[in-house]
Amino acid sequence: MTTQTAPSAGSSKSGETLVKISGLKMYFPVTSGLFIQRKIADVRAVDGLDFEVRRGETLGLVGESGCGKSTTGRAVLQLYRPTAGKINFDGTELTELKGAALRRFRRRMQMIFQDPYSSLNPRMSVGQIIGEPMAIHGLYKGAERTERVQYIMQAIGLNPLFVKRYPHEFSGGQRQRIGIGRALAVEPDFIACDEPVSALDVSIQAQVINLLEDLQSQFSLTYLFIAHDLAVVKHISDRVAVMYLGKMMELADSIELYENPLHPYTKALLSAVPITDPEVERKRERIILTGDVPSPLRPPPGCVFNTRCPIAVDECRERVPEWREAVPNHWIACHRV
Amino acid sequence: MARLLEVTNLKTYFFTDDGVVRAVNGVTWHLDEGETLGLVGESGCGKSVTAMSILRLIPNPPGRIVDGSIMFEGRDLLKITDAEMRSVRGNRIGMIFQEPMTSLNPVLTIGAQIRESITLHLGLGEEEANARAVELLELVGIPEAPQRLKEYPHQFSGGMRQRVMIAMALSCNPKLLIADEPTTALDVTIQAQVLEIMARLAREFGTAVLVITHNLGVVARYADRVNVMYAGEIVESGSAVDIFKNPRHPYTVGLMASVPRLDETEHVRLTTIEGQPPLLIAPIPGCPFQPRCDWAVDQCGTTHPELETREPGHTARCFRDPRTDQKTKTPAGAGVA
Repeated sequence: MTTQTAPSAGSSKSGETLVKISGLKMYFPVTSGLFIQRKIADVRAVDGLDFEVRRGETLGLVGESGCGKSTTGRAVLQLYRPTAGKINFDGTELTELKGAALRRFRRRMQMIFQDPYSSLNPRMSVGQIIGEPMAIHGLYKGAERTERVQYIMQAIGLNPLFVKRYPHEFSGGQRQRIGIGRALAVEPDFIACDEPVSALDVSIQAQVINLLEDLQSQFSLTYLFIAHDLAVVKHISDRVAVMYLGKMMELADSIELYENPLHPYTKALLSAVPITDPEVERKRERIILTGDVPSPLRPPPGCVFNTRCPIAVDECRERVPEWREAVPNHWIACHRV
Repeated sequence: MARLLEVTNLKTYFFTDDGVVRAVNGVTWHLDEGETLGLVGESGCGKSVTAMSILRLIPNPPGRIVDGSIMFEGRDLLKITDAEMRSVRGNRIGMIFQEPMTSLNPVLTIGAQIRESITLHLGLGEEEANARAVELLELVGIPEAPQRLKEYPHQFSGGMRQRVMIAMALSCNPKLLIADEPTTALDVTIQAQVLEIMARLAREFGTAVLVITHNLGVVARYADRVNVMYAGEIVESGSAVDIFKNPRHPYTVGLMASVPRLDETEHVRLTTIEGQPPLLIAPIPGCPFQPRCDWAVDQCGTTHPELETREPGHTARCFRDPRTDQKTKTPAGAGVA
């Protein structure tokens, strides 16, 4: 990993920006009508995000289901074309790229999916699955490609002799390794990992987390790590962003976020995750949020968290809090802090 | 505390075309009145089959309870008639399942579903049953209960549905509540709400709880005692503090070390358990955990260990002791070649 600028305070990795996201909005239309589809509303899955991913770091994205974390990952990779906003990837504006130019760019940014069962084509062997992205991007030919596939299988901890085997012959953890291998095949800079370990048992989960960490240092990768498990996200990430109902609530260094959470939602989220130590856990105070997450079809006015926030005041119901750097490297959207 | 449930040498096998799967292979444990027992292990270890065996809900064919006894309130549940079992299920033993989406009937109102077991087991009239249903919904924190009783499951959110399940499970004041992954499908803040309600009501009613989960944090917070299962057997049993702070079986040691802790203040590499759990289709001569165990010696491959007492109330099924014995294997590689 090359460090060009001095790391900013609180950041353990390089301070250079690899991906800069500004004003990202992703709305999905809700339509009605049998023949003439009229748009009747928008699901505001992602509603105005500003953040950056630094080269060589792991940025964690946490939140509960429906908060827009997966949509954010997909929009950054241009798997969805955003409704509004800019995504600058290493100097190139991705939202302006189309067709072949965008496809060529995809070599540099890959994705790892949650479900190791449905994200692999059951009719393709491991060798074909890992080799296909190389073929698409015209990387390595003939014997060289075979060699490269074997190299990657070794890197992801699979025996290269299994190259002709099919996904059903592998366990869940091994399949997730194949998914990781497919992402690595084209030597990307940036990988969006969307819940990569949540379908796995804990002992297998630890294997995959360690593998992702090893590959990051071996191949100088930058990760956007999306998951709902706060302990896993905190463990693997350098910085963590907390999302709620399509907006970012807080973003800070992962240890800082745990030790000094500023946003009431982050505090509630942290207190809701039980710690695997009965003595510590039984002394902890819990903040139990009341109610459910509102519908993203009709997000509440003002701060989206105001309906469940224990410290909300009138201002929170009227005015949207701005996204600001409250302390250096510690971003927050809250009127009350 | 009086003994409420005593499971002795329970064996539940599944007779499949490929062979006999020994899903639960001779487990012995007990539960006292008012106690909360955690049953933990990874998928396929037999924890859910144990619960289903207690309720006699094992689908037959292919499954069958081939041996053992389940003493509950002075009767062997495996010896009573189907009609007698029906008066135990939902009455003396309440149950909550993982999927709040699929365990409610979509075409009946919530009220009809709650009233069903009340009228059946307690013999209350329609109006009394309705009053009891309102009372139950209020107990689990659902506002406007009389109106909500007339609604259908799809009008409830996931967390709300799981509260309805708790209300139904507790409707007849059971002595035992079996909760099989009660919050796995829920978001963390909702999970915290639901678990707090369950624990509070169990305390108020003096209900014993068997909570089955792979989430070690949940167990750390709520369980008095813990049984750890692996490959159809209990490998370690003890108080929650014993299991988390002083594990004496290599599998438990590995399981604890493979979960990232939310309160870690520096990055510690996760310890993994290499390999995968064994298939239960072929009889395993020695210790089922032996191929993955860092402490294994020759004896472990040939002789099956018995549960031995390590200290009062703390048993482990192992010839070695990870607390005092040296490892025989160094943990396999740092992942990447």
